[in-house]
Amino acid sequence: MALLRVESVSKHFGGLEALKDVSFSLHEGQVKALIGPNGAGKTTLFNLISGIDRPTSGHVFFRDKDLGRLSPHVASRLGVGRTFQHSKVFDDMSVLDNVKVGRYARGHAGIFSAFLTMPRHRREETAVADASLRTLRRVGLGDRAHESAGNLPVGDRHLLEIARSLASEPTILLLDEPAAGLNNEETAQLAEIVRRVRDDGVTILLVEHDMGFVMDISDEVVVLDYGKKIAEGPPLMIRNDPEVIKAYLGEDL
Amino acid sequence: MPILAFLRRHVWYIAFSIVILSAPLFTGNIYYLSILAFMATRLMIVLGLNLLMGQAGQISLGHAAFAGIGAYGSAIMTTRWSMDPWLAMLLSAVLAAAVAGLIGVPTLKLKGHYLAMATLGFGEIVYILLVQLKWLTNGTDGIGGIPSLTIGSIDFGNAQMFHWLVWGVALLMLRISLNLVDSRVGRSLRGLHRAEIAAMSLGVNTSFRKVQVLMVSAVFASIAGSFYVHYVHYVSPVSYTIIFSVILVTTVVIGGLGNVWGAVWGSALMILLPEYLKRYNQDYTQLVFGVMLILTMIFLPGGLVSFRTLVAKVRERFRGSRAGPVTGPEPRGGS
Amino acid sequence: MTFDQFLQYVFSGVTTGSIYALTALGFTLIYNATDVINFAQGEFVMLGGLTAVSLHDAGAPLVLAALGAVAIVAVVGVVFQLLAIRPLHSAGILAQIIVTVGASLALRTAAMIIWGRESLPLPPFTGDTPIKVSEATILPQTLWVLGLTLVIVVALQVFYRRTLTGKAVRACSVNAGAARLMGISYSKVVLLSFGMSAAISAAGGVMITPVSFMGYSYGAILGLKGFAAAILGGLGNPAGAVFGGLTLGILETLTIGALPMSGASGYKDAVAFLILLIVLFVKPQGLFGGRSVEKV
Repeated sequence: MALLRVESVSKHFGGLEALKDVSFSLHEGQVKALIGPNGAGKTTLFNLISGIDRPTSGHVFFRDKDLGRLSPHVASRLGVGRTFQHSKVFDDMSVLDNVKVGRYARGHAGIFSAFLTMPRHRREETAVADASLRTLRRVGLGDRAHESAGNLPVGDRHLLEIARSLASEPTILLLDEPAAGLNNEETAQLAEIVRRVRDDGVTILLVEHDMGFVMDISDEVVVLDYGKKIAEGPPLMIRNDPEVIKAYLGEDL
Repeated sequence: MPILAFLRRHVWYIAFSIVILSAPLFTGNIYYLSILAFMATRLMIVLGLNLLMGQAGQISLGHAAFAGIGAYGSAIMTTRWSMDPWLAMLLSAVLAAAVAGLIGVPTLKLKGHYLAMATLGFGEIVYILLVQLKWLTNGTDGIGGIPSLTIGSIDFGNAQMFHWLVWGVALLMLRISLNLVDSRVGRSLRGLHRAEIAAMSLGVNTSFRKVQVLMVSAVFASIAGSFYVHYVHYVSPVSYTIIFSVILVTTVVIGGLGNVWGAVWGSALMILLPEYLKRYNQDYTQLVFGVMLILTMIFLPGGLVSFRTLVAKVRERFRGSRAGPVTGPEPRGGS
Repeated sequence: MTFDQFLQYVFSGVTTGSIYALTALGFTLIYNATDVINFAQGEFVMLGGLTAVSLHDAGAPLVLAALGAVAIVAVVGVVFQLLAIRPLHSAGILAQIIVTVGASLALRTAAMIIWGRESLPLPPFTGDTPIKVSEATILPQTLWVLGLTLVIVVALQVFYRRTLTGKAVRACSVNAGAARLMGISYSKVVLLSFGMSAAISAAGGVMITPVSFMGYSYGAILGLKGFAAAILGGLGNPAGAVFGGLTLGILETLTIGALPMSGASGYKDAVAFLILLIVLFVKPQGLFGGRSVEKV
């Protein structure tokens, strides 16, 4: 059975139809890309999957849970992790502390055990610090752990968001334009990291404009245009799909 | 040596505790001791408000009312119903927490600063009730004859004994606040303050955490109110106006928003400054507070404690290493 | 309560209600432009009233004293924005709100130092011979308050809908980023909003002073009731603010009238805050829907 099923999802904002009857599914271990011109409804779809917004109609099933009815923090606890197109790094915290917040869902210490720093709490803290540092190393930010997150360059901010989300040990990771603002070398590095994350067993759904990157790492691609799905299939097929070429008229695929 | 490591980790806290707790050994002067006692109760309220404002990024303009619940709760239960002061203190704190929850649950679900408005309205209602419910509160005349606290045969009516008691509690609150900052919950609060959506997508139940910290801060304020009235043996509504709430916010900001040690410096300054100013003209005190609040926000957003950070940064630059002391009041950002 | 008594309460309610409406309107202008809840809004009302008193005492005719007070407070609003709010533009909403709290404390205390602790009077705009309506009476000042409030509200609507600047202000409140792209200067719009907001609230203060005097400490409570009114009508909704103000004023006086017990007037102020809390708890978007009450 598919891990994630988007079933005839529509989303209206006032009179605007951001998504129209979109369906697709994602299997465990897949890397799937969601592409489409600006305003195609990609981020809207991400918000529905991560529980930030509710679909007007249709369902988003994660295994057997209807994500459209859950809060973001519940979606996260079920195993849906995400990053944001406009960086939402916690700027005034250290890089390491950012990732530690990512481990929140895997921790148990409540406010009272924090107040009293019980031994169990201290053990958990040590474990959180170790795990967070390991996660940072996975994305190559290990040596910047103690810097202020606000000082990171754009590329590293993307990586930090990925690390932060990975720290929650998601089953599926949603990446919203992870390659935006990266140069070629950084993009290649990012592709490498994404592949490694996939190899570790995380299923990945990503929105991206960098077609080279998308074609390089995706197993399958879904194309949205004006809120409608116009194509779905392996990268090679998508590249030659007349509908897709029409939607991207003038752009180089 | 684990003991040595422990001492190093907590050097500032230990040093501060020793200094403050030894004060009565050097002076028996009632005036000085009472100023220190007021500082302790102020610190209790400000610690809680600092957690709410600095960590969770929410303003309360009703913290005077939470302190008022503790003060009047203790006053009424001990003088009218002859209840044990400690039990009265506990019940008042529970009441304060319940009221905070009642206000927090609906308003903290909303995006924005609705809590500020709700607490403002709530503070005003509490003040009106304190004045109007004469049968219960004795109106503007206030309630006198509030007993001293005792444990067995120890009478905390004695200024020195009270000093140890009230500072013991304040130091405990300081400790647990410091502990909270460096914990899973503390980090989640700072995270939701900076980017609430991101914190949610990392599994943080943000409205629950916000309500929780509001309730904790209400309990801190209530306990402070209880200690205060057992010390001065009298309570009246004028102490719990909206202006006091504003002064509490000022204390948090001037000390350092989001830095637990800021609460200590802020409380010290805001207790001592009026004592100093009243030699000239008491009327100017609040004007000075208001202007200081604005200037701090603009020019020293990290508050008094950020002076240390500034110094530390300069020193670090010179030393060229990151081996600076991380044991003390570590700077905590937060806008 | 007889019908005449009821009428009397309504007259009195709409008078104070108009002032709440103007305060709420001032609050709305700033909130829409900046998302900042201006906790110094009530102080603008207070400053308006007291400045008019001083100008009048100094020999200015009432009309000039009133207009002068409005102009002076508008300048105070602009200066406040320039000196205290603008530097915090990048520091975020929380910082800006805190600054308005500080300004409220500073302005209030400054007013106490300048004008003293007494409440000060201003003569009514046109005499104080009551006009009889059925068995109830209505003061000429009440008519002034109502009339001028109406003029201000209509003028504001015309400004918003008919002038280019007004449209720019509205564009900014909907989407500051997009407005900036269209070449609208966001910082000018914010400055203008602070000036207009201060002026409108000050006008409320000038008009109410002949009815109920004005003292340095009145700002806090007037501001609070303005917030309550704005929330009741829907935060960020100008028409809602006016409706909320009038409703609040009438509800206040009717509650006092309806409560048989003596000393009920002591609870008068509580009515507004109770309404504030109830609205926040039950229907935070207000009666007419606010601009952006979102659940996160």
